[in-house]
Amino acid sequence: MSGFPTLLYKEVLRFWKVSTQTIGAPVLTAALFLFIFGHVMEGRVRMYDAIPYAAFLVPGLVMMSLLQNAFANSSSSLIQSKITGNIIFVLLPPVAYWEFFAAYVLAAVVRGMVVGAAVLLVTLPFVEIGFRHPLWIVAFAFSGSAVLGALGMIAGIWAEKIDQVASFQNFLIMPLTFLSGVFYSIHSLPAFWQKLSHFNPFFYMIDGFRYGFFGVSDVDPFQSLAVATVFLGVVSGLTLALLRSGYKLRH
Amino acid sequence: MTAAIELRDVHKRFGDLQALSGIDLVVRQGEFFGLLGPNGAGKTTLISVLAGLVRADRGSARIMGYDVRADYRAARRSLGVVPQELVFDPFFTVRETLRIQSGYFGMRDNGAWIEEVMQHLDLESKAEVNMRALSGGMKRRVLVAQALVHKPPVIVLDEPTAGVDVELRQALWQFIQRLNRDGHTIVLTTHYLEEAEALCERIAMLKQGRVVALDSTSNLLKRVHHLFLRLRLVGELPAELRALEHGSAATGHVLRLKGFDDVEQTLACIRKAGCRIEEMELMQPDLEDVFVDVMQRS
Repeated sequence: MSGFPTLLYKEVLRFWKVSTQTIGAPVLTAALFLFIFGHVMEGRVRMYDAIPYAAFLVPGLVMMSLLQNAFANSSSSLIQSKITGNIIFVLLPPVAYWEFFAAYVLAAVVRGMVVGAAVLLVTLPFVEIGFRHPLWIVAFAFSGSAVLGALGMIAGIWAEKIDQVASFQNFLIMPLTFLSGVFYSIHSLPAFWQKLSHFNPFFYMIDGFRYGFFGVSDVDPFQSLAVATVFLGVVSGLTLALLRSGYKLRH
Repeated sequence: MTAAIELRDVHKRFGDLQALSGIDLVVRQGEFFGLLGPNGAGKTTLISVLAGLVRADRGSARIMGYDVRADYRAARRSLGVVPQELVFDPFFTVRETLRIQSGYFGMRDNGAWIEEVMQHLDLESKAEVNMRALSGGMKRRVLVAQALVHKPPVIVLDEPTAGVDVELRQALWQFIQRLNRDGHTIVLTTHYLEEAEALCERIAMLKQGRVVALDSTSNLLKRVHHLFLRLRLVGELPAELRALEHGSAATGHVLRLKGFDDVEQTLACIRKAGCRIEEMELMQPDLEDVFVDVMQRS
């Protein structure tokens, strides 16, 4: 028997116990974004010629919340455990490095999915959106939250102080999500920025996710899924290598 | 029989600090073993090597015959560690903490043992209390319980009684002694040398990452041949005895003598000086004297 199921359970229970902060707060933020931007922009822009701006915005907000919360889950859990010292409770038992990885990333996926679903539920009464391709929605929700869960692990393992995790979040994750097309279609950008967006892996996750709702997107969803999968592979490989080497965890 | 703990030529360096310089140590199964040394001697590093928290640069460490690197699953299942720092996870209650810890070892239906451990450590009334709300002593008990949830044959306690009140200290030692009687190997580090003297069958003393003494507690005590004479006098201590003075206690002068033969001479000297003895006590050297002696010599 292995420690993986318990570690996953503990990580899920951890954020569940403080759900006002870990689920409630991001849902409120996303709802505010929708009401303010939706209200300001309503009637001014139509996306892909037919979709009202508020409806276009919802999948972007869902994905943004999902990505940011997946990252926050694994990174904050690890840095808190390292700073308080209770990380030894998971380092002393016979838990393999890949179990460690799987538990933290899956817990991040659960948190991301729960927050994403809650944002969707709260915003649905205010917009009309279809669910054209639910499998694409799930595929991008999963791969996106897994990527960010793994990135959160890297940040949590590397950081020695909470503000280092905050820097990782504020200077890398936030800009990449905001510049990935949450609030706009990249076709509305000047050519240079449009090109640059193609180097942002988060763009593919949000674009593919939005395709699941509307059946239209900036790039082919298969291409987006390929990018998301390769990115997940690279980030996972790096995280596993760090865990295996014991970097900053076992000295 | 397989050794409970076997360390061979273990080296560890942290930057400029050589924390361990070739530790060779064997702890037999069922022993109550003491690991003593001043701060920075390498005790906690050594325990961390055993626990897999620190990786040795050279040498090997085995627990119940399992290498801590190559066979880490079996090695960690065989070991329970009570860490020195008072750490806890603020998200969970006492029972949740113990259930989760048990689950990490792959033990699911472990409720009966968890209840038993809680009962012995007097934690039952706190089972549903969040860890954050516990006093320091209670948190310490939970740390001990966490180290025991998977019934490890080898238990390492890193200064478990630092900052703990007398009542808990006694309850803790009774419980640990019972575990030892049941066959568990106990390794203890402590700064309270009277505890080590009373509990440990064998003791290793560490200094600057080396083992500088390793023997049974009774043999170690025999190493120091001098004894102490405590006196309370009416009048001044004669000048010729001042050189023997080994610190003065509130209860009088403590003289360090080479042996029993010196007692007679000392008393004669006092009589000659016209002093009167109000109180007198002859004291055998204890582990603290041995410790000081070993540390000074090595």
